[in-house]
Amino acid sequence: MDATTIINNLKSEEYFINMGPQHPATHGVLRLLLTIDGEIIKKVEPDLGYIHRSIEKICEHDSYQQIVHLTDRMDYLSAHINNEAVCLTVENALQLEVPDRVKVIRTIIAELTRIASHTLWWGVMGMDVGALTTYFYGFRDRELINDIFEETCGARLTMNYNVPGGLMFDIHPNFVKRVKEFIAHFKTKLPEYDTLLTGNIIFQKRMKGIGVLTKEDAIAFGASGPVGRGSGYSCDVRKHHIYSAYDKVTFNEVLKTEGDTFARYQVRIQEMWESMSIIEQLIDNIPEGSYKATTDAVIKLPAGEYYQKVETARGELGVFIISTGTKNPYRLKFRSPGFSNLSLLNHIAVGGKIGDLVATMATLDLVIPDIDR
Amino acid sequence: MTNEALQSLINSWNPDPITNGLEFTEEKSQFLNITVQPERLHQLMVQLKSNSETNFDYLFCLSGVDWEKEMGVVYHLESTSHRHIIVVKVKTEDRENPTFDTVSDIWPTAEFHEREVFDFFGIKFNNHPNLKRLFLTEEWDGFPLRKDYVDEINMIIK
Repeated sequence: MDATTIINNLKSEEYFINMGPQHPATHGVLRLLLTIDGEIIKKVEPDLGYIHRSIEKICEHDSYQQIVHLTDRMDYLSAHINNEAVCLTVENALQLEVPDRVKVIRTIIAELTRIASHTLWWGVMGMDVGALTTYFYGFRDRELINDIFEETCGARLTMNYNVPGGLMFDIHPNFVKRVKEFIAHFKTKLPEYDTLLTGNIIFQKRMKGIGVLTKEDAIAFGASGPVGRGSGYSCDVRKHHIYSAYDKVTFNEVLKTEGDTFARYQVRIQEMWESMSIIEQLIDNIPEGSYKATTDAVIKLPAGEYYQKVETARGELGVFIISTGTKNPYRLKFRSPGFSNLSLLNHIAVGGKIGDLVATMATLDLVIPDIDR
Repeated sequence: MTNEALQSLINSWNPDPITNGLEFTEEKSQFLNITVQPERLHQLMVQLKSNSETNFDYLFCLSGVDWEKEMGVVYHLESTSHRHIIVVKVKTEDRENPTFDTVSDIWPTAEFHEREVFDFFGIKFNNHPNLKRLFLTEEWDGFPLRKDYVDEINMIIK
């Protein structure tokens, strides 16, 4: 037989392949069921629930102070911001005015959390596409933020620094000095990120033009955070539904219009500069005063429905509480950014190659416990 | 648009209180709350999205709720052009076989959210493209987020 006959007689068909639940690129226990034609992806079907803890059901039997502690087990890289979301919902429901000092400290730590999350993302993003050095650079800088958290909040990852009404304790005397030192340090390091990875031609060729999400699709699929803003969709909760001390600072909402993986990458890099600018505006102006407003030991929310959204490092986190006037919520729903962002994965991955899917997933920046609440 | 303006606009689409199947409630919420009859749900949702004055193009939260007397779904909608928010609720007293129309043809993100509601509340959605369990295994017995769900092994309630 000659070559043409062999090729003509070859049988080809679509087949299934499992990506995960233990795949390094899924950053956790996410299983993707891929339908493949050769190397072209025909369908991506996520299979979830490997680490589902049913936090929403547990919350129905917990006090509001206890619920705060569960939230940093969702998106653990935005632990502080998740805590803040629950506290804000409770405070709004009680119509409790928290001191300005609390608002400013919460905002500073939230922005430090965002930088820590984005540096970690940048590290593993590079690693996913084969640039191992970025991992060490990212973790080196994130370590400095974790040290600041350890000193002030007592924990490095699951901080639990927020309580309904304010903060658990005041900031450490070294806090202001160390944050300033970190900002001065990170300003010299962030340009290195660009030299090392952003400007790299191999990296750019890998990233540009794949995983394209249009603005209309971003809205329809409920995208938020850097994923939405990489498609030119203005969705920053800090701008549209202002909370804490974001009315006291000026910052730009970073928008890119290309909608591909490289646009989402650039949004996150740029957001770190904006976060540093927010911290700089606040760090010298932390108002004096109490670090906690007094609340009852047993918090009972008036019967009704309450919704609060905040901007975590991944996008819009919503807390929806239905209260019947008791010390537990009747129903509590977390609208997590990762869940909605995952829902568009199939839409942007179809037609691409498996290698592109890895890069696309990396710029969605999924944290699996955030999806499996 | 303010909540009052939204309410009068939506009322003006079908002013007859008997046939429009709408009920506005307070709920101490900062948003406008509408409860709609299940058979009118899909039509209202299409109108809320397509009408240029309301333009609710962003479904940001979809939650199943078990009110014990009733089962239902709560939709949180926002307009990215007008930046107003509305909450739409749909309820049924049928606990055996609660069914509503899907809104995943209007907002594709609802496909995942409705699967989550089906998984945890057993609420079915007509015309949903792929209605099966999302988190739990297919052979899981019962719907955990229902108030009457009991699991003596995995649930410890003090």
